[in-house]
Amino acid sequence: MPEPAAQLSVSLWRGGADGRYETYSVPRRESQTVLDVVTYVQRHIDPTLSYRFACRVGMCGSCAMTVNGHPRWTCRTHVAKVADGGRLQIGPLDNLPIIKDLAADMAPFFEKWQQAKGVFAPSQTRAEPMARIRPDSAPRIAADAAIECINCGVCYAACDTVRWNSGYLGPAALNRAWTLVNDERDSGNGARLAAVAASGGCHSCHSHQSCQEHCPLTLNPTASIAGLKRRSAAAYLKGELKA
Amino acid sequence: MSVRLYLWQRATAALMVPFVLIHIAVIFYATRQQMTAADILSRTHGSAAWASFYGVFVAAVSIHASIGVRNILTEWSPLADRAAGWCAILLGIVLALLGFHAVISLVLM
Repeated sequence: MPEPAAQLSVSLWRGGADGRYETYSVPRRESQTVLDVVTYVQRHIDPTLSYRFACRVGMCGSCAMTVNGHPRWTCRTHVAKVADGGRLQIGPLDNLPIIKDLAADMAPFFEKWQQAKGVFAPSQTRAEPMARIRPDSAPRIAADAAIECINCGVCYAACDTVRWNSGYLGPAALNRAWTLVNDERDSGNGARLAAVAASGGCHSCHSHQSCQEHCPLTLNPTASIAGLKRRSAAAYLKGELKA
Repeated sequence: MSVRLYLWQRATAALMVPFVLIHIAVIFYATRQQMTAADILSRTHGSAAWASFYGVFVAAVSIHASIGVRNILTEWSPLADRAAGWCAILLGIVLALLGFHAVISLVLM
């Protein structure tokens, strides 16, 4: 196995939408993550570098960036896995406006969550006894398969349909909607199915499965979207929703 | 794409599967039998079966293709959703007119 280079050649996006890549030399270290590399540049070379991170352990979903052409969670991406000949090119997430440098504006991403009715609509009050959900019930199993999303935006940045159709809700918002469709305590499915069945909703998905391929938690938003397609098509055929 | 357009496109696609297979089989049969245009027209003239077959086929193609083109225009052209919809309706009408003209020629002329 060849020895890793002593220095990494790291190109970082600088500026806004009209910015450019600038190259920095960063010492190569053992078990180094891409987030470590970005942090090194900010702390030792250029303190004006802007980027976003919080937990550093793959829970908060705030540090996603485009690394050598692919969206990734940088805190859990080891340099050894992605550095191509000791080179890294790191930019902000695709399909989102650039605020500055490596920080993408996540507002459109979360606005689409709202559009997809990704908010829990309670069917009971707190005065009523806690709902009993069997872990082995079919809806709970379906929700479980999609529930661990950390909202990192990697799937949204990887999605061709989002790139082509700015009105498309995207994999994360639809995946979230699917978890709520399967939540037996939720009462908002009428409005939710209407929202995801409208133009720009689940039926716009081409099933390219880039979301599934890139999801750092190995979730399968394509399967969630397929579930929404089936559920909303059945509701439409029964006359339960207008679209 | 809304659920309404999605279902129309999927339904017409499912409908077209047997139609395409029969259409291809007919082409093979006609060429293997070395049939001339006059031979073919003599068999299709006045046939309600062929008129129904190709009439339904043309309707399915017009609906299916126009919804598909609408999607392509929405994703790959600067046209807004509404403008893409009108272009697709226009294409569907043109396809239907051309197709029905061909069916009428096949069965009535």
